[in-house]
Amino acid sequence: MCEADGAASDAGAADANPAFSALLEDSAEDLYENAPCGYLSTLMDGTIAKINTTLLTWLGQERDELVGRRRFTDLLTVGGRIYHETHIAPTLRMHGEIGGLALELRTAGGNRLPVLVTSAVKTGPDGTAQLIRTTIFDARDRRAYEQELLRARQDADRERDRAKKLAATLQRSLLPPVLPAVPGMDVASYYHPASTDEVGGDFYDLFPLTDDTWGFFLGDVSGKGAEAAAVTSLTRYTLRAAAASDPDPVAVLRILNNVLNHEYRGADPRFCTVVYGLLVPDGTGCAITLASGGHPPAVLLPAGGDPEFCATPGGQLVGALPHARFVTVHVRLNAGDTLLLYSDGLTEARTHGRVRYSEDQLLDFLRTTAPRSATETVDAVTGLLTRFGDGVDDDTALLALSAEQ
Amino acid sequence: MTASSRNNVRVIGKESGPTVLLAHGFGCDQNLWRLVAPVLAQRFRVVLFDHVGAGRSDLSAWSAERYATLDGYATDILDICADLELRDVVLVGHSVSAMISVLAVNRDPARFAKLVLLTPSPCYLDDGDYRGGFSRADIDELLESLDSNYLGWSATMAPVIMGNPDRPELGAELTESFCRTDPAIARVFAQTTFLSDNRADLPGVGVPTLVIQCRQDAIAPPEVGQYVHERIAGSTLVTLDATGHCPQLSAPEATAGAITTFVEASPR
Repeated sequence: MCEADGAASDAGAADANPAFSALLEDSAEDLYENAPCGYLSTLMDGTIAKINTTLLTWLGQERDELVGRRRFTDLLTVGGRIYHETHIAPTLRMHGEIGGLALELRTAGGNRLPVLVTSAVKTGPDGTAQLIRTTIFDARDRRAYEQELLRARQDADRERDRAKKLAATLQRSLLPPVLPAVPGMDVASYYHPASTDEVGGDFYDLFPLTDDTWGFFLGDVSGKGAEAAAVTSLTRYTLRAAAASDPDPVAVLRILNNVLNHEYRGADPRFCTVVYGLLVPDGTGCAITLASGGHPPAVLLPAGGDPEFCATPGGQLVGALPHARFVTVHVRLNAGDTLLLYSDGLTEARTHGRVRYSEDQLLDFLRTTAPRSATETVDAVTGLLTRFGDGVDDDTALLALSAEQ
Repeated sequence: MTASSRNNVRVIGKESGPTVLLAHGFGCDQNLWRLVAPVLAQRFRVVLFDHVGAGRSDLSAWSAERYATLDGYATDILDICADLELRDVVLVGHSVSAMISVLAVNRDPARFAKLVLLTPSPCYLDDGDYRGGFSRADIDELLESLDSNYLGWSATMAPVIMGNPDRPELGAELTESFCRTDPAIARVFAQTTFLSDNRADLPGVGVPTLVIQCRQDAIAPPEVGQYVHERIAGSTLVTLDATGHCPQLSAPEATAGAITTFVEASPR
């Protein structure tokens, strides 16, 4: 009874766990031949020495057609063969292994099978290379997925180019293509957007108001991108229209303040800093009236003296408050004098790590270089910006006016 | 930027010996000479470099225009010779660099004493009776191969290319993946390499020339080596009992031996 019970319980254990017995019966050879991946061993010259059943089935070929008669590269497409000879074989020789290679096998039926290949060199006891062992994974699904990724990446690259082009076009539309000629004056400008993907927030313009008066401005809108571009566009056209009806700089800034204040009164307030100027040439130079709303002060570079700021203390940000206060200053440019307007992309550029440039350093720089015209001034400051390199992390605009010698 | 820094030039070996300049081919960098250079260095002054776009060359010097023809690479070799003031140079060009070397020697023969062409092919495409071994479709397939290994490449190499001075461990990674090249650069180099036809440049070679080929080579088959030998007057042909396109790796002793014998032979 006891024996019978025991026999019955042994049989029961095997019945209960057939997977376990199957595992015990699985031979190394069967595992090699019918593994879920291809196995291939070649001599160092590539001649196939051993190949498993799985790979033969994928290729649709017989063992004796390949072993001792063909090389691994014979299984590849021609492109893959060149890639093998120029990249894979040298790497294997020098590093003894290479992995993750995307190749295609040619099957007997003329189809191509995308595979991922990993190879390692087996060395003998004395260290000499004996053969190359290669495992091959079916990569049809994986390759399709990678193709999708590659396509998505190419699409993304294209979109990015398109966005750049759009931003550049929009940027151009917000800046004057060329500055108009002003009699007796040299004028120059420079614009450097911080990013090629986005429209910058700086702007400037110079334009005739009447036969003998000119308006100009340079400013900086809060934010970047499409939203900022909309504010820049509104600001620019408002300034030009306002100047046409009342040339007084304070009146011009008041109108801009009203417009921005009303347009962006909701949860997304928008504002800008700007210097607006009225320029009247008079034969020996010109008279300039400047009004500033929260913008860094313009620099006056007299022909025979040290550069100085044209301070407009108390001028408030434009668009932030319903009744902002603006301050004017009168400047006279005699022959050889230059006036420079700039945005804070210049004075807040990083020079060493986190250290920022400053308005005082700008003044020192202009004192040392002593440029003698608007063009020379813009060239000198542009050179300075180039030396800052990556340190210029905001948009930067420059506008210079000088009375000719 | 000097040619030496641009092309990551390295000079090893016997300073008083003859100068042997080793030019690597498509797909690798100067590491490919690793087994041959030390042997040559026992007797010669050996100059190694990376073509622009390969190895540790200055990638910022690369441009699709300059390197759209083998002439751009030949100019670099002449630049290196001028920069180091090399004279009586024995120029050894492997694979595509064999034809680059032919161009360099033809442009400034006075600079060079001898020329070694290792597994050369003057034209990879079949053309009439000429059998280069490949069709245009084959080359397009190669470009496809380069593209399909693009994703794997960008994951490992992009950080190195973008420059990470604060991550020195990437230097080790670069050595590890020495055969990898920016796919965009590899693509142009592959096109330049496999679509060039320099058959007409061979008869112009006026320095003693050694052609070394392998018994079996899928890229430059023995008939092509024979063709090169026949068209360079007075050249010597050596066929190594080796397989593959890179005998510097599969048969380094024989390769170094053939080069040594040729360098040391007195001019005829």
